[in-house]
Amino acid sequence: MSSIKRTLSAFALSASLLPAAVQAGEVEVLHWWTAGGEARAAAALKDMMEAQGHTWKDFAVAGGGGEAAMTVLKTRAVSGNPPAAAQIKGLDIREWAKLGFLTNLDDVAEANHWDQLIPPVIADVMKYEGHYVAVPINVHRVNWIWANPDVLKQAGVELPRTLDEFYAAADKLKAAGYIPLAHGGQPWQDATVFEAVALAVMGPEDYARAFVEHDMAVINSPLMETVFAEFAKVMSYVDPNAAGRDWNSATAMVIRGEAAMQIMGDWAKGEFTAAGLTPGKDYICAPAPGTDGEFTFNVDSFAMFRLNDEDNSQAQKDLARTILEPEFQTVFNQAKGSIPVRTDMDMSGFDACAQASMETFKRSAQDGGLVPSFAHGLATTSYVQGQIFDVVTNFVNSDNKDPARATDQLAAAIQAAL
Amino acid sequence: MEHIQHTPARVAKAPTRLLDGLQRWLPKLVVAPTFVLVGIGIYAFMIWTGVLSFTSSSFLPVYDFVGFDQYAKLMDNDRWLTASVNLGIFGGLFILCCLVIGVVLAIFLDQKIRQEGALRTIYLYPMALSMIVTGTVWKWILNPSLGLEKLMHDWGWSSFSFDWLVNSDMAIYTIVIAAVWQASGFVMALFLAGLRGVDSAIIRAARVDGASLPRIYWSIILPSLRPVFFSAVMVLAHIAIKSFDLVMAMTAGGPGYSTDLPAVFMYTHSFTRGQMGLGSASAMLMLGAILALLVPYLYSELRGKRHD
Repeated sequence: MSSIKRTLSAFALSASLLPAAVQAGEVEVLHWWTAGGEARAAAALKDMMEAQGHTWKDFAVAGGGGEAAMTVLKTRAVSGNPPAAAQIKGLDIREWAKLGFLTNLDDVAEANHWDQLIPPVIADVMKYEGHYVAVPINVHRVNWIWANPDVLKQAGVELPRTLDEFYAAADKLKAAGYIPLAHGGQPWQDATVFEAVALAVMGPEDYARAFVEHDMAVINSPLMETVFAEFAKVMSYVDPNAAGRDWNSATAMVIRGEAAMQIMGDWAKGEFTAAGLTPGKDYICAPAPGTDGEFTFNVDSFAMFRLNDEDNSQAQKDLARTILEPEFQTVFNQAKGSIPVRTDMDMSGFDACAQASMETFKRSAQDGGLVPSFAHGLATTSYVQGQIFDVVTNFVNSDNKDPARATDQLAAAIQAAL
Repeated sequence: MEHIQHTPARVAKAPTRLLDGLQRWLPKLVVAPTFVLVGIGIYAFMIWTGVLSFTSSSFLPVYDFVGFDQYAKLMDNDRWLTASVNLGIFGGLFILCCLVIGVVLAIFLDQKIRQEGALRTIYLYPMALSMIVTGTVWKWILNPSLGLEKLMHDWGWSSFSFDWLVNSDMAIYTIVIAAVWQASGFVMALFLAGLRGVDSAIIRAARVDGASLPRIYWSIILPSLRPVFFSAVMVLAHIAIKSFDLVMAMTAGGPGYSTDLPAVFMYTHSFTRGQMGLGSASAMLMLGAILALLVPYLYSELRGKRHD
């Protein structure tokens, strides 16, 4: 008797579960958020997908830069078995789309009004031939300067707002026995500083013409020579042992008070937070000198692959929708230190740096100060990016820094890669 | 009954035939998987890389052929030129220093000294380390703010300066130092084995003729070790050309790209920058460099065999 009852109730239960089960699919997500705040951020997404009845298949490949992950992804994609979503960013999205691997997300975008939520410059990066193929997850601002207020006070200087103020302050800091600028001599870090200086000298319009449109008239110009000259001057305040140093070691120098400032994207905030410091009081975040009101963005995104299974592609669409929902945007970005990609978000739960970042983000999206970061692959293909890196890093590390020659080299290098 | 008796005889005959067949086929069967694996894993992929180097492949292989475009691009590339020059400096110095240090150590150890076994192990031990470990340790030792220079400053020698690791003109020599440290013990072992193989009667005869010990080594023993020299140079040249992990661990090609070697260039372009065509072209040139060393060597080896 009781067994019959149990069977019946089991039937009833499965019947009630049936509708959900039909739509439930599996999303396999390739990412390299495997440590610290990033891992927590990824876990939040997993929980939200499972709450909707889908199965989450983690395809995490460790290795911060994601090179290992890309190799695995290429193999999977070529063999016709791609994951639902993969952490691909910047212009590489277009490369994948061009090869026909990515799916069209226009219906999800339409239903959820992505075009109204996301600034057009960022939406463009997510689109291929006008169709959404990827979802933006967060926005990092790259043109930040991080400073130790105690060190500034000891040397009797204010936080510099322009490049000239920076040189004056740095001279005083040097005289007081501090390293003015903490930096790691790795190509991408050299490019990160170069990019901030370029934006300060050229302004967003010429910056975009040079590094997004690759307009030779701007790349091979006296203006670019000025950029290189100023860049050399900024880099002269870096200590001689910077070669090969990791960015977080440089941040640690600011935290320990050996160095005064660092020009780095807002992921540096994680290091300050981990050291138990509060923004505004124990450390200062401000726009890189001369780039107030301007915003170089670095956006993480998931590119969505073309799938054959219908349930799985439904799950994939739910994933795309969930990523841009306010709940996830808040949880994720608070864990990772970036800001939401939606401009309509309530920022009250975020720290002061993130709030300032959001304000500039919205304003610059209106007035054209919002430009993609080439140092982080948002402006150019990885080939052009690599060519720029080579010229910039070679320039910094040569004994005889000749801006005119570097400008010629930059023009030749970009031309060769186009 | 007959049935039962008959069966063992047949069974006995069949296994012998089977065993005979097996004996004939077993070696081939055992070798076959290796053969196939080597054929696919090495030679087929070599050919594939060669094919890719003539295409415009970017981040996935595509097969639109562009002739020697990638090679032309490579020759125009400053970074490739730096990498090639670096390989010349690194390879040349590395092979030379390893040979000199290895021979000298081997000769010293050959003087029937006490604790030879222990000393030999100490010198050979660096070879047991992975290049990554070697690179990381030397990076720390040579880093001016961390290692040797700081130590000297802390001990009061404040004018001491050794900043090769962070100086883009000198950084390549720090790689040579680390690589020589790692490999010279191995060269020593090769030569020691060679020295032990020299007939002691020759040495005694030379002694009787009144030759001094250095003279004996220089004019008699070392010339007789020519095959060992060849093997050592071959092995070292291989290590030099494919050097990748040491550079990645020590400088990651920096400062700038001043310590780039062709292998690092190939990896960066094929995998990080999505320039498979260009990367393949550089890989083919590296293969060419190895063949240029290997073919004369094999030729002389094979010719030598025929004389015997």
